[in-house]
Amino acid sequence: MKPTQKAAGAAANYVDERTGAAKWLKKNLTKVFPDHWSFMLGEIALYSFIILLLTGTFLTFWFDPSQREVIYNGSYLPLNGLHMSAAYDSTLRLSFDVRGGLLMRQIHHWSALIFMSAIVAHLFRVFFTGAFRKPREFNWLIGVGLLTFGIVEGFLGYSLPDDLLSGTGIRIAEAILQAIPVVGSYLSFFAFGGAFPGTAFIPRIFIVHVLLLPGLFLALITIHLMLVWYQKHTQYPGPGRTEKNVVGYPLMPVYMAKAGGFFFVVFGVTAFLGAVASINPIWLVGPYTPGQISAGSQPDWYMGWLDGLVRAAPPLETHAFGHTISWNILIPGLILPGILFTGMALYPFIESWFTGDKREHHLLDRPRNAPNRTALGVTSIVFILITIVNGGNDIIATHFHLTINGVMWFTRVGLFVIPPIAFVVTKRVCLSLQRSDRDLVLHGRETGRLVMMPNGEMLEVHEPLSDAKKWTLTQHQRPEALAAPLPASATVGLKGKLRARMNRAHATQIPAPTLTDLKELGEGHH
Amino acid sequence: MSNQIERFEDPGLPAHVHRNADSDPLAAKRAERQVAILFMLSALGTVLTIAAYIYVKSDKYVYLPIMGSTNLQQILLGLGLTASTLFIGLGAIQWAKKLMPDQEEIAERHEFRSKEVDRDELVAAFKERGGSAGLGRRSLIKRSLGLSLGLVGLSPLVLLRDTGPLPKKFFTTTDWTAGTRLLLDPAGTPIKASDLEVGAVAQVLPELPAGTERTLENTGKDAVLLIRLRPEDFNLDPQKLSWTYQGIIAFSKICTHMGCAVALYEQQTHHLLCPCHQSTFDVTRGAKVIFGPAARPLPQLAITVDADGYLVAVQPFTVPIGPSFWERNSSNG
Repeated sequence: MKPTQKAAGAAANYVDERTGAAKWLKKNLTKVFPDHWSFMLGEIALYSFIILLLTGTFLTFWFDPSQREVIYNGSYLPLNGLHMSAAYDSTLRLSFDVRGGLLMRQIHHWSALIFMSAIVAHLFRVFFTGAFRKPREFNWLIGVGLLTFGIVEGFLGYSLPDDLLSGTGIRIAEAILQAIPVVGSYLSFFAFGGAFPGTAFIPRIFIVHVLLLPGLFLALITIHLMLVWYQKHTQYPGPGRTEKNVVGYPLMPVYMAKAGGFFFVVFGVTAFLGAVASINPIWLVGPYTPGQISAGSQPDWYMGWLDGLVRAAPPLETHAFGHTISWNILIPGLILPGILFTGMALYPFIESWFTGDKREHHLLDRPRNAPNRTALGVTSIVFILITIVNGGNDIIATHFHLTINGVMWFTRVGLFVIPPIAFVVTKRVCLSLQRSDRDLVLHGRETGRLVMMPNGEMLEVHEPLSDAKKWTLTQHQRPEALAAPLPASATVGLKGKLRARMNRAHATQIPAPTLTDLKELGEGHH
Repeated sequence: MSNQIERFEDPGLPAHVHRNADSDPLAAKRAERQVAILFMLSALGTVLTIAAYIYVKSDKYVYLPIMGSTNLQQILLGLGLTASTLFIGLGAIQWAKKLMPDQEEIAERHEFRSKEVDRDELVAAFKERGGSAGLGRRSLIKRSLGLSLGLVGLSPLVLLRDTGPLPKKFFTTTDWTAGTRLLLDPAGTPIKASDLEVGAVAQVLPELPAGTERTLENTGKDAVLLIRLRPEDFNLDPQKLSWTYQGIIAFSKICTHMGCAVALYEQQTHHLLCPCHQSTFDVTRGAKVIFGPAARPLPQLAITVDADGYLVAVQPFTVPIGPSFWERNSSNG
């Protein structure tokens, strides 16, 4: 035996005698993971989180989370001699006087954007394929939690430099706090340690940003991954894939190499963005002061929908009995986001309620085969996209030579009109795709080869699909695949009627072809 | 033909397709070299990073197409880091794709639900052990424990009380009083009516009592915008008109929607626009809201001149400035 092998063996023995890890490892080294590009979206989020921890730690070595007033005297000459907070001052030093400081700041910010994008893309994948169904509802809830905390974490992060833009963002957050009925002005004073902006806020959000929320992320991500590990990954339908098995590549060596390699790829791409693409150049806007503002104030993209909702709100306030309630802030700033996120969190339970489906699901749905769910998802995305457009209405207006008023009115009307249209169109598209699948199975693939019959008739040759492909396109057609018929007792009363109505809507589908269909068709042909 | 509907059958896992490198030793050797080259590129990236850190001057800027003037050290560090990480990843993935086994494996899933007997045993054990502690019987213990657990959560809440003082009159007052001079921001000098031409805009702050230092908290509610129009442009009620001076009108600069600085003035239309949420105020009509989410006009500050001819406030704001809050009495604006 070589000396290295001997040393490795001794170390492994040492660990195993104290933990019994060999048994667990032996089983899990061969653990199988299904392969699909869409399963890498969650991975991107995970790797971005690691990059955020690494770069964020670097930043804390120089960043001074304090609103103590200092006079800037550094390498960025245009701001020399200006009064500013130590937070802004140290961010300038990080950007101009620390080697690699600007790079790390930019990687950190890009990574945060990628983190949020990956979470949202992962959410879409899980929603549209029905991966949230039993037994994975817990992981759906954890995911919604991670998304929510991610938005807060990102907002706090870009608020830390205390520049003119981020200070304006905090001013708006303060106005939302202040608008809460009965306790608003007290909450604002408690959060800011007195009057806005005060000197308490940056140190407070700093500790939330670097300790509290990352700790929470770490805990939630750990549970999320442990559940994925324990419950085994879902898989797309296909030949050999069933509800009872999982088909894919083993952890050792294929997945270790692929997933480990992918971490470095994500790091490399983020580092490249940080190297060449300037992001949040805080020195251009100057330090925060409540009396000034920069035109074209924009939050990061994952806050854009909230800003867009607030911008679209009509000027509604209630004045009564010496009190003021700002519906123009409360509805778009708190009530609607609350409804949206609660609805999202509860969706797996709502769907299971109206479908009556309590079975385990490990095979994913192709989005077209669950038209109602897909349409609902697209509807929500369209709604959010319109709000994001409105969140940048000033930028859009100037770039496309429109009026802000025009974009705003488009949003105010569009938020009510376009999502329902999107629902109907999506559902139709899904059903059409099902029809086209049916045609494919029954008539085969169009080859583009034309043949002329002896009688001069031109025909295109259709090539039958492989058995594997036929199976993939028809396997979803099991009885009660989408929604189980509800017992009659469950459909009485208003709630029951609603449930029955949703059940029927969800069960809409084009009958998938069967072998019988194909045979009958064949008989007709000859 | 039978009435039984035949469905398509699952043909099972397709047969493994051999890759070039599986059967051709030369192809395998080629793949090995590719992986090694990728790893070597990563090593070169690290060398580049270290070299850039040590040998490139921090204040050297170069002009690059599209990017413009760029700090040479930052971009070399970035590209070095990119190469050192990206190529490790690409190498590992190439290795997995070309050389590692690519035969899919099948693993069985197991039901998560515990066996009936295990569940029953758990329930029995739970009941027995809970019973032995008197969980069902001793209601006095149960209730008092519930009370104490409910109360224990209160202490941290109470301890958070001192995170800030009470607002008291903060939201309803500003530093503007009768006779307060208007000081130009940031110059800090008093201003005469003749200093402003028609169409001009200026930001002013109140003169604070001697010895008081101006803080951002003051600025956040004291900032006022002065705008000079032709007196005939105004369309105001007599009282609000009397609050102007020779065509100069003063408004709180803090948006009544969410507190941003209302800074964009359009000279042609006399509109003020808040860049945060696009609330638009008509200056000629006392900053009435003509578009956007703001529900109330910007509060107007009554101004005149003192004996030396400097602009001063006639009185404090008559309504609270800035965004709404629960205690705000908005019955008179």
